[in-house]
Amino acid sequence: MSMGVSMSTNTTTTGRRAFLRFLLFLYSALLSLVVLSGSVVAQNGGELRFCLRSEPKTFDPLLVDDDSSLSIRYLTGGVLVRVNRHTQDLEPELAESWKLSQDGKQVTFKLRVGITFSDGTPFSSEDVAFTMQRLMDPALHSSTGDAFRSGTGAVSTKIIVPDQISITFPAPIAGLDRLFDQVVIMSAHSPNPKKEAAVLGPFMVAEYRAGSSVLLRRNPNYWKKDSQGRRLPYLDSIRLDIQSNRDVEMLRFKRGELDLINVIDSDYFDRLAASSPGLAHDAGTSLDSDFMWFNQVASAPIPEYKRAWFRSANFRLAISQAINRDDLSRVVFNGHAQPAVGPVSPANKFWFNSKLKAEPYRPDAALQRLQADGFHLQKGALFDKSGNAVEFSIVTNAGSKPRERMAVMVQEDLGKLGIKVNVVMLDFPSLIERISQKFNYEAAMLGFRNVDLDPNGQMNIWLSSAEDHAWNPQQKSPETAWEAEIDRLMRAQASAADPKKRKENFDRVQEIVAEQAPFIYLVNQNALSAVSAAVEGADPGILSPQTFWNAERLTLNASTRASR
Amino acid sequence: MNRARKLACVVVIAVCAVSLAANWLAPAGYAKQFREAPNAPPSRQHLLGTDEIGRDRFARVLYGTRISLLLAPAAALISTVLAALVGGLAGYLGGIWLRVARSFTDLFLSLPWLFLLITVRALLPLNVSPLVSVLITFLILGLLGWAASARVLSTSADALRNSDFVLQARASGLHGPRLFLIHVLPNLKPVLYAQFWISIPVFILSEANLGILGLGVAEPLPSWGSLLRELEGLISFREEPWRLVPLLLLIVVLTSFQMLFSREEVPA
Repeated sequence: MSMGVSMSTNTTTTGRRAFLRFLLFLYSALLSLVVLSGSVVAQNGGELRFCLRSEPKTFDPLLVDDDSSLSIRYLTGGVLVRVNRHTQDLEPELAESWKLSQDGKQVTFKLRVGITFSDGTPFSSEDVAFTMQRLMDPALHSSTGDAFRSGTGAVSTKIIVPDQISITFPAPIAGLDRLFDQVVIMSAHSPNPKKEAAVLGPFMVAEYRAGSSVLLRRNPNYWKKDSQGRRLPYLDSIRLDIQSNRDVEMLRFKRGELDLINVIDSDYFDRLAASSPGLAHDAGTSLDSDFMWFNQVASAPIPEYKRAWFRSANFRLAISQAINRDDLSRVVFNGHAQPAVGPVSPANKFWFNSKLKAEPYRPDAALQRLQADGFHLQKGALFDKSGNAVEFSIVTNAGSKPRERMAVMVQEDLGKLGIKVNVVMLDFPSLIERISQKFNYEAAMLGFRNVDLDPNGQMNIWLSSAEDHAWNPQQKSPETAWEAEIDRLMRAQASAADPKKRKENFDRVQEIVAEQAPFIYLVNQNALSAVSAAVEGADPGILSPQTFWNAERLTLNASTRASR
Repeated sequence: MNRARKLACVVVIAVCAVSLAANWLAPAGYAKQFREAPNAPPSRQHLLGTDEIGRDRFARVLYGTRISLLLAPAAALISTVLAALVGGLAGYLGGIWLRVARSFTDLFLSLPWLFLLITVRALLPLNVSPLVSVLITFLILGLLGWAASARVLSTSADALRNSDFVLQARASGLHGPRLFLIHVLPNLKPVLYAQFWISIPVFILSEANLGILGLGVAEPLPSWGSLLRELEGLISFREEPWRLVPLLLLIVVLTSFQMLFSREEVPA
C-alpha cells in the first residue's frame, strides 16, 4: 500500500514535473515570442528630428540647388541608380540594371516592376521619359539638367518595353550613369497638379511651415524591404526644423531634442566628443577643400607690377611653400583636417592622383624661389626687383570662423617672408561681386563643397572659358600654354568612355595644377557629424548626406520612440 | 565725491593705465601666434589663456581695450556733435527747420543702416592697413549713428525753446546764436551726455556685429568687439570662465563711466 502509495506519489510527482516542464517550455516560448515581437515593435515607428540650416528654396526635385532642398530631395526622391555613400559604388535602385553604349551617348535602363508612387500611380518607363523631357527643357533652367548638356541637339528617350527605356544624348557624356544619382523620377500620370507630391523615395512631404519646419512622413508605397521582408522605412516620420544658428542646434542636440547634426564645426565636435564621446563622429577626410588664389585677370583694376607677381608660377609656388598647412589643420580644425594636395581630395578613392603629395612647409625654399625672381629682403620686408614692397590683401567671406583663422595664420606665415598681407572679410554678395564681376581684389580664400566624385563636376572650374575659372575666368582663348593643356585634357577625359583613359587625363590635370598653383590648396576638412544615442543604424560617411544617407534603415530606441 | 564715484574713478584710471602699459605688461603682443598652445587655459605665461589660434588673450584684451576706449568714445563724440547740430539747432529754430530736420532724421532712421554700411565698405579699398581699417570703421559708425540722438535732442531743444527762461531771455533782447549757446545748449548738456554714453556701448557692439559682416576691425588688430565675438559658440560659461573677461571689462568700464560722469549732469 505504502508502495502503491509511494508509486502513486512518484507517478504524480513525475506527472507534475512533466507538466511543470511543459509550462516552463510554454512560458519560454511565449517569452521568446514576446521578446521577438517586442524587437519588431522597437525597430518600427518614431520620429527622427534634425535641422535644416536654411529655408528650402524648392520642393521640385529637378530645380534643387541648395543644401536644404537637396536634403529633402534625398529623403523623398526615388532615383534609378544611387551612389552608395559608404562604398562610393553605383548601385541599382528603381533600375534593376543598366547598360552604357560604347560611344558614351546612350544608357539603357531595365526598371523594377510592381512599384507605385506614394499616391498609388504605377511607376513605368513613361515616368522616366517624362522626367528626362522635363529635366532637359531649357525653360526649366535645371542645374541637374545642365550636367547632361554635352552638345547641341535634343535628348531622346525610347520606351523599348514598359520596363525598359533607353536615353540618347547628342554627344558622349563621361560618367553618364553616375549622373542619374541626382535625377529624381517624377510621376507622368499623377492626378495631383503638383507632380512633386507623388514620390518614390522612403518619405514624402506631409507638412511645411515656412520658416519653421518640414515634416516628412513615411511613404506607405515605398518599394524597398529589409532582409526579413519588412517594408522600409522603419521610421514613421522625420521632422526637419529650420534653424540657422549652430549654437542653438548644438544646445538642442545636447538636450535630446535633435537626433542628428549632419555637419558640425571642429570646435563643437571636440566639445561634444569631450562630454559624450559616443555621439561625435569623425568619418575622416571629406571631399571639401579650402584654398586661395591670386587674381590674374588682365583687365582687373590692380597695379601692373602686382599682376606680374600673381601671374608668375614661381611667386605662387613660393607662397604655397611658405604656408604651414600642418598648422592650419592642427590649430584651426583641431586636427580634424588634412593638408590638401590638389583639386581632388584623397577621399575620392578613384580620381585622386596618389603620386601627388601636399606641399610641405619650406619657408627657406620659398624665399630662394622668390630671390630667383628678383625679390629681395630689406629690413625684414620683401621687395620686388623694381623696389615695390610686396603687400597684398586676401579677401574671404565674413562669418566663417575657420576661414578667418586660416587667413590670419597665412598672414603670419607670409609675414615671416617679409610679405605684408591685409586680411579683409566681406559679406558674401560683396565678395562674389568682387571676384566674379568686377575682379577688384588681389587674392581670395574660399572653399569648394564637392558633392560630385566625377571630374566632370569640375568642368566649370578648369576650362579657361568657364565662368568659375576663378583666377582668370571667361577667356576667349587660353592665355597660357598650361591652361590650354588643361582645357585639352579636361575635354578629352569628358569625351572618353574608358575610365582608365579618363583617369590618365585627369591625373595629368592634377599634376599641372600642382606645378602651376593657380589654386593654392590649403586643407581638406574631415567629415564631422553628431548622432544621438537614440538613433540606431547610423553609419556616418564622408559623402553628403553624411548622417542620413541610409535614412530608410534608421531606427529610434524604444524610450525615444515612446516619448515622441 | 562719494565712495562709488571714487571707486569708478579708480577703475577707469586703472583700466586706462593698464591698457596704455600693454607693451610692457604683454610683451608678446596681440598678434603673436603660439601655435603649440591654441585655446590654452590661463597659465603663468598666458594669464587669460590663448585664443583659437594661440594668441595671448591677455595681450589682446589690453590692446583691444586701448583701441575701443579711444575710438568708441571718439565715434560717440562725432555722432553726438552731429546730433547736436542737426537735432539741437532744428529744435531751437523750430518751425519749418524742425519739420525738415525731423523728416530727414526719420528718413535716416528708416534706412537699413547695416546694408548701408556694407555698401560703404564695398566701396572702400581693400588694401588698407589694420590701423586705417579700424579708424575707418569707427568713423563710419560715428557719421552714420547720429540720427537717433538727433531725434531726442530736437524734442528737448523744442521744449526748451518755449520754456519760460528762454522766453524771458528773448524778451531781454537775447537772440540768435548767443541765446542758443548761453541758454539752450547748457540745458541740453544732460541729454547730450546721456546720448554720448549710450552711444559708446552701442558702437562697441555695432563694431562686433560689423565684424561678422566684414566691416569690423581688421585682423590681427583686436578690439572689444572682436573679443566679444569669441563668446559666439560658447555653450557653457563654467567650462571656460576666463573667456568672459572682455565682457566683464566692458560692463565694468561702462558702468564706471556712467557713475563718474552722470550724477552731476542729470537735472534735479
